[in-house]
Amino acid sequence: MLALFYIFIGVAIGVSFWQVTRILNFRGSIATDKDNKKQGKNALLFLVFLYIMMVYCLIAMNVIMLPESASIEGEHDDNLFNITFWLIGVVQFIMQFLIFYFTFKYRGNKENKAKFYADSHKLEFIWTVTPAIVLVLLIGYGLWQWNNIMDLSDDDAIVIEVYSQQFRWDARYAGEDNTLGLGNVNYIKGINTMGVDMTDRNSQDDKQVTELYLPKGRKIHFKFRSQDVLHSAYMPHFRAQMNCVPGMVTEFGFTPKYTTEEMRQQPEVIEKTIGINKIRKAKGEDPYVFDYLLLCNKICGASHYNMQMKITVVEPDEYEKWIAEQPTLASVIK
Amino acid sequence: MSEHHHKETFVTKYIFSQDHKMISKQFLITGMIMGIIGVFMSMLFRLQLAWPEKSFSIIEAFLGPHQTDGVMNPDMYLALVTIHGTIMVFFVLTAGLSGTFSNLLIPLQIGARDMASGFLNMVSYWLFFLSSIIMVISLFVEAGPASAGWTIYPPLSALPQAIPGSGAGMTLWLVSMAIFIASSLIGSLNYIVTIFNLRTKGMKMTRLPLTMWAFFITAIIGVISFPVLLSAALLLIFDRSFGTSFYLSDIFISGEVLHYQGGSPVLFEHLFWFLGHPEVYIILLPALGITSEVISTNSRKPIFGYRAMIGSIMAIAFLSTIVWGHHMFISGMNPFLGSVFTFTTLLIAIPSAVKAFNYVTTLWKGNLQLNPAMLFSIGLVSTFVTGGLTGLVLGDSALDINVHDTYFVVAHFHLVMGVSALFGMFAGIYHWFPKMYGKLMNKTLGYWHFWITIICAYGVFWPMHFIGLAGLPRRYYTNTNFPMFDDLADINVVITLFAIAGGLAQIIFIANFFISIYRGEKSSQNPWKSNTLEWTTPVEHIHGNWPGKIPEVHRWAYDYSKKVDSNDDESDYLHGDDFVLQTTPLLDGEEPS
Repeated sequence: MLALFYIFIGVAIGVSFWQVTRILNFRGSIATDKDNKKQGKNALLFLVFLYIMMVYCLIAMNVIMLPESASIEGEHDDNLFNITFWLIGVVQFIMQFLIFYFTFKYRGNKENKAKFYADSHKLEFIWTVTPAIVLVLLIGYGLWQWNNIMDLSDDDAIVIEVYSQQFRWDARYAGEDNTLGLGNVNYIKGINTMGVDMTDRNSQDDKQVTELYLPKGRKIHFKFRSQDVLHSAYMPHFRAQMNCVPGMVTEFGFTPKYTTEEMRQQPEVIEKTIGINKIRKAKGEDPYVFDYLLLCNKICGASHYNMQMKITVVEPDEYEKWIAEQPTLASVIK
Repeated sequence: MSEHHHKETFVTKYIFSQDHKMISKQFLITGMIMGIIGVFMSMLFRLQLAWPEKSFSIIEAFLGPHQTDGVMNPDMYLALVTIHGTIMVFFVLTAGLSGTFSNLLIPLQIGARDMASGFLNMVSYWLFFLSSIIMVISLFVEAGPASAGWTIYPPLSALPQAIPGSGAGMTLWLVSMAIFIASSLIGSLNYIVTIFNLRTKGMKMTRLPLTMWAFFITAIIGVISFPVLLSAALLLIFDRSFGTSFYLSDIFISGEVLHYQGGSPVLFEHLFWFLGHPEVYIILLPALGITSEVISTNSRKPIFGYRAMIGSIMAIAFLSTIVWGHHMFISGMNPFLGSVFTFTTLLIAIPSAVKAFNYVTTLWKGNLQLNPAMLFSIGLVSTFVTGGLTGLVLGDSALDINVHDTYFVVAHFHLVMGVSALFGMFAGIYHWFPKMYGKLMNKTLGYWHFWITIICAYGVFWPMHFIGLAGLPRRYYTNTNFPMFDDLADINVVITLFAIAGGLAQIIFIANFFISIYRGEKSSQNPWKSNTLEWTTPVEHIHGNWPGKIPEVHRWAYDYSKKVDSNDDESDYLHGDDFVLQTTPLLDGEEPS
């Protein structure tokens, strides 16, 4: 019934609009010099609006951005991003200026004649080659960095499996031998929620946990699995993301650069935290403390919006202490 | 054909019409109705994003069992974004845009009496209509419509246990899309054949208006890529209904291991994006083609770099079929493939830049007639540049890692293909309304429509880039579970306010459209003083388009403001006026441009 009510309101608005437009002049529907003048000015006003909005957002929203990369590999991502962003920013400001300023400057007038200008090979050459050169540089840097990130050949890396299901994350550390035991959904039973093959020798010392602890300065080699649908392990602070695909193991790696504690002391993080806590206080919620997070970033069902895991980066000795305290699978799953 | 056409009944004239002009109106009206549904959905889920726990009676009214006390359920949120995407991408901006303007303009601008096959053209529309009906029906199934995202990645889209929308809703979605693809293919083949074979005397390929080039190349991309989506959909239907394992393997859900073995969702992603990326250009190229025509006509200047424009359309079309992997950098495919796709993707920036620069140069030193169509075309260039530039971030695999599937992507593609293509569609409607209905649309309402829409478009999508850079994933029902995103709440409210204002502003357009059909100013034969052939036909539609012989073409479509002395901008017009119809023969000693 309520829907009918809304539809009725919609129809009523439409009819009244129809009535209002009856008094509009439907003669002279082609732009005159007067219209050109007015719309030209509007274009200029819009340019001012656009510039103010763009600059305002660039400045005011600086504080909500992610802080500097918390992984060593991510440094070049930030660098490349800054270069790209400055570049497209400059081009954006120039192009928008040209588009709307020309609209104003060359607004039509009966007295004026347009220039007949159909071609210029020189100009076209310039704006084919210039973007091409710039792109070669961007592509070069980008591909170099991509190879960097995707290089997982470091044998010293700590191997950790990140395991996803609707709607939770688990993790499995490879243990003393730094080799994960085999896993398959057919082994899921009781407390063996990750489907680890307990007949595999490598499985015995594996350790299953619900939160990630990472040592600062050691390369981490993640292996991702999913037991049901696609998920994506998104760790924005580390500039890291990889899909979790049922039926296959995907990989990603990075080296944490700052411990959680160190990150909390970063000026950018402090500023963002103050902003957030002002809002939370107004709503009467507990204050927020910075933590690294792993979020699901591939639509995976109703509770997709609440699928997260805390990541804590600590000093290496503290990590050793923590990992030693975790029980092995062999001792848990009999 | 025109001399001996038989008497038409109401049914053959208005419903099962084989006349391309009537079919184009059918596409337009159907597309507009689907557009209203799609935009309305976006306003509903924007309410949810801005005020997550607040109760709205409008949500209570329209979402029925899928809401609790005026707050939508998470499943329904996902369903809304899914259907919004599907409807806007396929039903509005593919069928509504290409279907309308390819049908209207191809025969008129190349000088043909109708499409190569009027019957297939009619079939194409009615298949589209059928698929629209099925898509709308899917909104009413008990468990809710498809809700796995418009990309319908399996296993989520394959398993009703994973999300309720993957039951009957997804079945209807797949059936609807399969029919839609058939419609699109029949239409595209018709467009290609018509442009190849039915051009009038003198209409060489190099004299075609850029609209024709754009529609022609668009149809070719469609024919190449849509069948791949059909195969992807068919395999998914097999997996869902007949127990095959093309996309599924090793799945444990609802407490049991499923029998699927050996398939891979990554295969689906490849097949889907083999259409999905060219689809962006299937949407965008017609809009750019319309813009080329409208900007040139209203600037009273030839389009700058006609051949470069054709070259860049072809380059974009070719590249568009080899870049699909940039949607999959972090899908788990081989990183080396990622490198290749980064390379090909960033190359697209070159022809795109050429197009943008050429538009701006066309404006330069023009005599701009700022009609609503012209403003929408200028707006398109603006949003195309804004949205296109951020493509340099997303196309670069190393940078994509961190913004993939965040609101940065949402902002990017809405500007570069959503808003831009809509602007192209509006430009086309304002410009060719006289050709469709013999009337002109009201310009005052047109101006209001344009300025409110572009301000709202930027108000929605410019700030959205930043919440993406803050790391907020898309398709989150709410971000209240993450304190780190608490400071984005205000921005979400602002975005929603702009979105609602922008959505409501479209009422101005719809009112203008329908009122003008009945009460608009009668159009003259060539209201915009344009060069192209469609303006040589009579204002009243006749079957076969031209009453007598089809006119012969003697020049290209862009001889605007051609002067006696080509080096003196102030000298007299060579043909006495600032436009020269394509049917005007060359004067003695006149250089063809």
